[in-house]
Amino acid sequence: MTSPATKQPAEPRRTIIEFRNITKRFGPVVAVDDVSLTIEEGEFFALLGPSGCGKTTLLRMLAGFETPTSGQILIDGRDITREPPNKRPVNMVFQSYAVFPHLSVIRNIEYGLKMEGVPSAERRERAEAALAQVQLEGYGDRMPDQLSGGQRQRVALARAIVKRPRVLLLDEPLSALDAKLREELRFEMSELQDRLGITFVMVTHDQDEALALASRCAVMHKGSLMQVATPADLYEFPASRLVADFIGSVNLFEGRVEEDDHDHAIINLPELGIKAWLDHGTGASETVQIWLALRPEKVELHKRENGEGPPDMEGTPKGYNVVKGRILDVAYLGSESVFDVRLEGGKRVRVIRPNLTRWDQEDFSWDEDVWLGWHAEGAHILLA
Amino acid sequence: MREKPGLLDYARRWPLQLWMWLVGLFLYAPLAVLVLMSFNDSRRTTQWRGFTLDWYRKVFEDAELVQALMNSLTIAALSTALSVVLGTLAALALWRFRFPGKPLVDGAFSLPIVVPEICMGVAMLIFFARVMPWPPGLPWPLSLGAIVIAHVAFSFPFVAVVVRARLGSFDRSQEEAARDLGASQWQAMWDVVIPHLRPALLAGALLAFTLSLDDFVITFFTAGPDTLTFPVKVYSMVRFSVTPKVNAISTLLLLFTIILTFIALRLQARAETEQKH
Repeated sequence: MTSPATKQPAEPRRTIIEFRNITKRFGPVVAVDDVSLTIEEGEFFALLGPSGCGKTTLLRMLAGFETPTSGQILIDGRDITREPPNKRPVNMVFQSYAVFPHLSVIRNIEYGLKMEGVPSAERRERAEAALAQVQLEGYGDRMPDQLSGGQRQRVALARAIVKRPRVLLLDEPLSALDAKLREELRFEMSELQDRLGITFVMVTHDQDEALALASRCAVMHKGSLMQVATPADLYEFPASRLVADFIGSVNLFEGRVEEDDHDHAIINLPELGIKAWLDHGTGASETVQIWLALRPEKVELHKRENGEGPPDMEGTPKGYNVVKGRILDVAYLGSESVFDVRLEGGKRVRVIRPNLTRWDQEDFSWDEDVWLGWHAEGAHILLA
Repeated sequence: MREKPGLLDYARRWPLQLWMWLVGLFLYAPLAVLVLMSFNDSRRTTQWRGFTLDWYRKVFEDAELVQALMNSLTIAALSTALSVVLGTLAALALWRFRFPGKPLVDGAFSLPIVVPEICMGVAMLIFFARVMPWPPGLPWPLSLGAIVIAHVAFSFPFVAVVVRARLGSFDRSQEEAARDLGASQWQAMWDVVIPHLRPALLAGALLAFTLSLDDFVITFFTAGPDTLTFPVKVYSMVRFSVTPKVNAISTLLLLFTIILTFIALRLQARAETEQKH
């Protein structure tokens, strides 16, 4: 993951946006289904989900381009549900950037200030400052068709921030750019948000983007909120199989709780023919099916070629959290290698192993017999 | 080895070349003759007797002919302005809104394009004779009102069609961006949608103007004795004889439309380079 250190809100902050039981129907289709959500001042908030999950509709309702079928939207405690877009203290960066093709860059940026009635000298000054903030000094007189995609995106960004909105909305801001540029702009945007201190709300289907940029994410699916959490919590403590699967990749094993205590739990995993040891209680009923979620990088590979016995796993009594397997496929990705391992019962497990030294990639190879193991704290229990 | 010329490789195939020359001949030879004969120093139109500009002078001495030309240009200008406004509004309505009976309205708008001109002409005649007679004796240019209305009726659908096609390529998020930046609906329309439509408005206006300028049939049925238009006047002159005067005035008109088209094309080309991403 290319994520910079996850930003945690330092102190409790003021609520800036509040969605109250928002539902939006387009004819028979329910695009957003009873969503309630609060966003705090200064956050970089991401709405994450596959296309058609309702995230864009939610953003458009915040901007004023759609009206909720029911529910309320508040900004700074003021009900803006039915206010037109030009009266709201929010500005948007559109997916297509929507830079006005018939106006020069500087006049694009000045447009919003002109609508506010800002006198022309101040307008020019603020527009130039915004242009500098997105590192486009000297581009003011260009026409949009003389700019690259990345530059147009910056113009769109400058045009929105020059209005000093309470909230900046970003609709898939980086999706139209190539991978290298995307990475660059990701850091720039994160820095810009720090500098301006404006609340950002971003819609994206790209989980890397959300994890890298956001201080908090909402994962949406079929119009509903699945989980709202920090990127790290979404990844390490997903609330459901859906979230676990959408954020990164995950190995899921069906199981049932056999023993549940405050400081440990034992899970029976029939697909693997072994039992798992957890360093915490689950609180799950022993009669219902649960799932054990295991991220690929939390699984260790150990040698089994020469009849080595099962390794000991940290925090785990002997014989737990280890299972026999055979490497089917190896993908060398430079910084890490990805292994496709088949267990004796036929179940496939994905393992990611960082290549910490230059020779690590030679440790394991195709068709090798291995032990798979994970620590007592490595797995996460999912109830849904 | 040289490749065998393809079926459409016209330059190497004499039948295709011949065909091209014939098409050119039939299209432009009559026009060339017309222009040439307008400079002919002879009452007869068939024989060349030397160069003269006499016929052009005579054109401007013929008050009735000049009046007809003025009428035509005025009608064309007025009906173009009205057609562009109405056609654009119609196109915007059909693009933006969904309403019951929309296909019907859509069809009704484009009906004047397909209705035979003679039917339109007769319909207009009856309309202005029975339903809503245009008051006679109004001062110029109000006296042209009936003809202007008739011309708007058949030319605004052409504007609507052109504008609607252009609207198809409009990125609606641009309008939303304008709204988002503080523009009211009207401002957003004016600042973002209209600039995008500019080439179409120009093309539509040009179309409406030329349609109006050379319309004969519909005008013939709606024109009164004192509201003669240029095509109708020329028609009445030709009924007696094709004089070089007719050639001269036709040449002038030809020149005028060519200049107009040229200007429009230049403006459109500039607008397109501005709009290109």
